Amino acid sequence: MNHKIYIQDVTLRDGMHAIRHQYSKEQIQNIALALDAAKVDAIEISHGDGLMGGSFNYGFGAHTDWEWLEGIKDRLTHAKLTTLLLPGIGTIHDLKKARDLGVESVRIATHCTEADISQQHIEAAKKMGMDVGGFLMMAHMNEPKKLAEQAKLMESYGADCVYVTDSAGALMMDGVADRIKAFKDVLDDKTEVGIHCHHNLSLGVANTIVAMQHGANRLDASLAGMGAGAGNCPLEVLIAVMKKMGVESNSDLYKLMDAADDLIRPIQVRPVRVDRETLSLGYAGVYSSFLIHSEKAAEKYGLESRAILEELGKRKMVGGQEDMIIDVALDMKSKKEA
Amino acid sequence: MLSIRLKYERIKMEKTKVAIIGSGNIGTDLMIKIIRTSTALEMSVFVGIDPASDGLARAKRMGVKTTHKGISGLVEMPEWKDIKIIFDATSAKAHHYNYSFVEKYPDKRIIDLTPAAIGPYLVPPVNFDDSINVKNVNMVTCGGQATIPMVAAVSKVAKVHYGEIVASIASKSAGPGTRANIDEFTETTSLAIEKVGGADKGKAIIVLNPAEPPMVMRDTVFTLSEQADREAIRASIHAMEKEVQKYVPGYTLHQEVQFDDIPEDQPVFIEGLGWRHGLKTTILLQVRGAGHYLPEYAGNLDIMTSAALATGERLVKEALVQE
Repeated sequence: MNHKIYIQDVTLRDGMHAIRHQYSKEQIQNIALALDAAKVDAIEISHGDGLMGGSFNYGFGAHTDWEWLEGIKDRLTHAKLTTLLLPGIGTIHDLKKARDLGVESVRIATHCTEADISQQHIEAAKKMGMDVGGFLMMAHMNEPKKLAEQAKLMESYGADCVYVTDSAGALMMDGVADRIKAFKDVLDDKTEVGIHCHHNLSLGVANTIVAMQHGANRLDASLAGMGAGAGNCPLEVLIAVMKKMGVESNSDLYKLMDAADDLIRPIQVRPVRVDRETLSLGYAGVYSSFLIHSEKAAEKYGLESRAILEELGKRKMVGGQEDMIIDVALDMKSKKEA
Repeated sequence: MLSIRLKYERIKMEKTKVAIIGSGNIGTDLMIKIIRTSTALEMSVFVGIDPASDGLARAKRMGVKTTHKGISGLVEMPEWKDIKIIFDATSAKAHHYNYSFVEKYPDKRIIDLTPAAIGPYLVPPVNFDDSINVKNVNMVTCGGQATIPMVAAVSKVAKVHYGEIVASIASKSAGPGTRANIDEFTETTSLAIEKVGGADKGKAIIVLNPAEPPMVMRDTVFTLSEQADREAIRASIHAMEKEVQKYVPGYTLHQEVQFDDIPEDQPVFIEGLGWRHGLKTTILLQVRGAGHYLPEYAGNLDIMTSAALATGERLVKEALVQE
C-alpha cells in the first residue's frame, strides 16, 4: 500500500528546546498559522519533552502546554493539531486535556528498547479516537531487526504509524535505510512508517530522503531546523529537495522559506547549527536535548561541554536523564580538582 | 524460675506469621528478605496466581507453603488463621479485591505495595507514627520510597513549594506490572511528594535505561523552597540519609548537595503554583540493592521491599499487631 506523503512540523515542539521552552503564546499562534497557510499536514505543539515536560529537569516553560494549545485548533484550515507524550513524564490524564483542546493526533515516545511502556497510552489514545504514532527514540542504540520488533509491539497496541526517531542525530544513511527496511518487513501494510531526524551530522535532509525512498511517508521537519541540538531536518530545505525530485506534497515552498527566515531565525537564542557542541552530540550519540543543559553545566562547573557530552555518551544515558548531566559534571569537576 | 524464663524466651522468639500475595519481582524479593533477615516476621504462605511463575517455584524451593489460587486460596488454608500481616505485591486492581477479603478480619493488617493506595501513604522514616492504627497502609512506589525522605528532609528546614523527583531504573529491573502501569507510578509518586514530603506541588518522572551492564538505580530530587540556611538543609539531608540506611544500606548521596538561587526577578513558572522563586536544592542519590532476588542494580526493588519489611517489623516490635 502506498501511503501519501505527510509532513509533520515540529518547530513548536522539538523547537522548544532551542528556545528553552520559552515561546510566547503569540509566537506559537503566528508560527502555527504560517505553517497552516503553507499547507503543512500536521503541527506538533507541546513542551520539548512532551506534555507536562515543564520541570527543573527539562526546563520550565513560559506557559503550560494547555496555554500553548488553547485556541489554535479553531484557526487551522488544513493542518492537524498534534502533540507528543513521553510515558514516565506525561499521563493519559494529560492526553485527555490535550484532546479537549482540539489535539487530534499524538506521538507516544519511548526509548528504542522500551516500547512496552507505551501500551496503556497508545490504547487510551486510540480509544479517544486519536491518530497515534509510536515514536522510538534514540533509534541508533538498537539494531534494525530489534528496533522493528519494538515497532511491531507499538503496532499491536494500535499505533497507526511507527517512527524511526534519530534523537541523537547519530544515524547515517545506511543506518536509516536498514531500519526503515526492517520496519517494512514486519509491519502490516496499513501501518505507516515515519522518520524523525536531527541534523547533528548534517544529514537531516539526506536521512529523511533516504527514509522516504525506503517507504517512510510521514516525514518530520521544522522551520529553519528549529529543534534540539543542531536542529531537525529543515522543513523548507526538505520541501525544496522533494520538489526537485518530483515528489509531491501539499506544502508551499516559498511560504515556508519566508516563515523560516522571518519568524524563526530572529528568535533563536542559540544559533541552531552544526558547531563544535552540536556535532559532538551526533558524534557521541547523545540525546540532542542534552545540549543546552550541558552547556549550562559546563559554565557552572568550569568544564568543556564537549567533554560532558562525550562522557554522557560513554555512560549510555538515554533521553530524559538530564539530571545525570549534573552528576557527570560533578564527577568531572572533582576529578579535575583531584 | 527456670520454666518461667524458658517460657519468656519462647514467647520472645515467636515470630509473627505473614503472607505475601504476588509472585513477581517485588513479592519474591520480599520473601527472600523475610526469610534471610527478619527476626520478627516469619514467612508463612506465598501466594500467586500463575502456577508456573518463578516466584512460586522459588518459594517451594525455600520451603515456604504456597498457593496459586490467589487470596481465595489463601483464606482456605489452615495457616490463614495465624497470619497477622499480609503484604500485597500484586497490582492496583488486584489489591482492591484482596483487601475486600482481608478487611473482614479484625486481627489482620495489610501492607500494600501496589499503587492502589486505599490506605494512607507510608514512608517509614517520615510518617510511620501517623499510621500506627491504620489497617491498610500503602508503600507509595519505589521512586517515592527513595526520594520522599529527602523532600521531607528539606521540608523540616524550609517551606517546600515544589518537589520534583527523577527515578532512573535499569530496564531489567522493571517487571511487566511496572511497565504496564507507568502512569500509576507518576501519579502516585507526585501525590505522595505532597502528602508525605510536604511540598505544595509534587512532580515525578521515571526513566528506564537499558544499558548493559545494568545501571544501579539513581534518583534525583529537586526542591524549590523558601530561602533558608543551606547548612541546615544539608545537615537535615545527611541525617535522613542515615535514617534510610538503617533499612536500605545501599542508599547513598552520590554527590554533595547542590544549591542554586532562583532570584525573585528570574522566577520559574510551575504548573499549578504559578511563578515561584527561592532556593533550589538538588540531591543526587544512588540506591544499590542488597542483591536478594535481582542483582544489586535493582535498588528500586530493594527500597520498596525493605520499606515494607521495615514497616511490618516495626508494627510487630511496637506491639501494634494484635496477637
